Amino acid sequence: MSHEHVSNLKRIWMVFGILSVVTIVEVILGIVKPDVLHMNNLLSMNLLNWIFIILTIFKAYYIVWAFMHMEGEKTSLRWTVVAPVIFLVLYLLFILLVEADYIYEVFKNATIKWNF
Amino acid sequence: MGATVTTANSEEKTWGGGNEPFRASYGKLMMWFFIVSDALTFSGFLAAYGFSRFKFIDTWPLADEVFTHFPFMHGVAAPMYYVALMTFILIFSSVTMVLAVDAGHHMNKSKVAFYMFLTIIGGFIFVGSQAWEWKNFIKGEYGAVETKGGSLLQFVNDKGERVALADFAATLPEYRERLERSKGKWFSEESALPSFSVAEVQAGFKAHPEILIRTEVLYKDDAAAKADTKIDHTLSKHKHKTILTRAESEARLANAHLVVEGANLVRNEYGSKLFADFFFFITGFHGFHVFSGVIINIIIFFNVLIGTYEKRRSYEMVEKVGLYWHFVDLVWVFVFTFFYLV
Repeated sequence: MSHEHVSNLKRIWMVFGILSVVTIVEVILGIVKPDVLHMNNLLSMNLLNWIFIILTIFKAYYIVWAFMHMEGEKTSLRWTVVAPVIFLVLYLLFILLVEADYIYEVFKNATIKWNF
Repeated sequence: MGATVTTANSEEKTWGGGNEPFRASYGKLMMWFFIVSDALTFSGFLAAYGFSRFKFIDTWPLADEVFTHFPFMHGVAAPMYYVALMTFILIFSSVTMVLAVDAGHHMNKSKVAFYMFLTIIGGFIFVGSQAWEWKNFIKGEYGAVETKGGSLLQFVNDKGERVALADFAATLPEYRERLERSKGKWFSEESALPSFSVAEVQAGFKAHPEILIRTEVLYKDDAAAKADTKIDHTLSKHKHKTILTRAESEARLANAHLVVEGANLVRNEYGSKLFADFFFFITGFHGFHVFSGVIINIIIFFNVLIGTYEKRRSYEMVEKVGLYWHFVDLVWVFVFTFFYLV
């Protein structure tokens, strides 16, 4: 925390390295799109997309914990900030994506063509 | 209330004021709470984007076919490289920001100013890159045709490569003047006319027998799709857009009623109409955050220069704008994933 007055330059550059490497990996995967990952599904999404999402959350963790210095805050502050966001986002995603999939099915099985 | 009064003594010490229960100053705490609400706003936008995408999962445009431009590499398809570069610029400006905060802890005024300056430059480069990306998106590259039913038709040659309207459209002896406000009655007007009329595209298509139509629909390499005689099965690839046979292409094009070039809020040449709306809205809202972040950084930068925080004996203000700046970077990480990768 700010009271400590120790320089954490080393950690800053290390986190920069991690974020860069992860971004490069994402870009390479996005360009190559290996069939093993792109053509195999898990929970109705292909493995490549799962990897992208997991790597994104991994990057988000480092940005919040190291750059925004969440690791130096009190546990109560950490939970106050992180828990509502995670809970509400998961809830919102669940509702919207399930509903969207339902509407997709309705369009797909309807007798009326909507896009021709 | 009665029950809580008995424990009020110890509570009073923590929450009664005069101290910091979270061990963070009021300003910093409020910046965190602002970030929570802003994070939820962006989540709402991205979730809405996900909703529309799942709803039109079979016809959504493929990002690596849309964002293919790189500066000074005209005509070369370079998917992803440019946004990857933008991501690096933003991550790097986050690093210089956190270095400024670190220098602030050591009360090193000149270093804080230097790193703040680099952060501002990084922010400007990012906003500029975003503008260039928008320019390419709005201008478009190949052009397409919209049918009466609202679906979008793109053109490919016999190798399955994209063909621009300008490469095959005929020039017919017809003339159509754009209705502008100064010429119209009762201030009626219309938007800019496309370079070709539907009739010109249709005539050009007839004259070029090698040209085929590519629909918005993703091709699925299974038995049910294989039985469809309207699809060109040698050119269509699994998880890519469906390419039609010449006969079916002619039938579809006869139904065309609009030529679409580039993108606006109503329609775009890439596919689903909502795609451009979400692109403009979400990257625009993020770009606005970057821009306001740059402005706030400039204000703090000048405060550093005139020694405001030196007098205060604390560079906490740099830390607070730093939080906002990192948040903007954080949002970009998600926008990058959901618009360009997934």
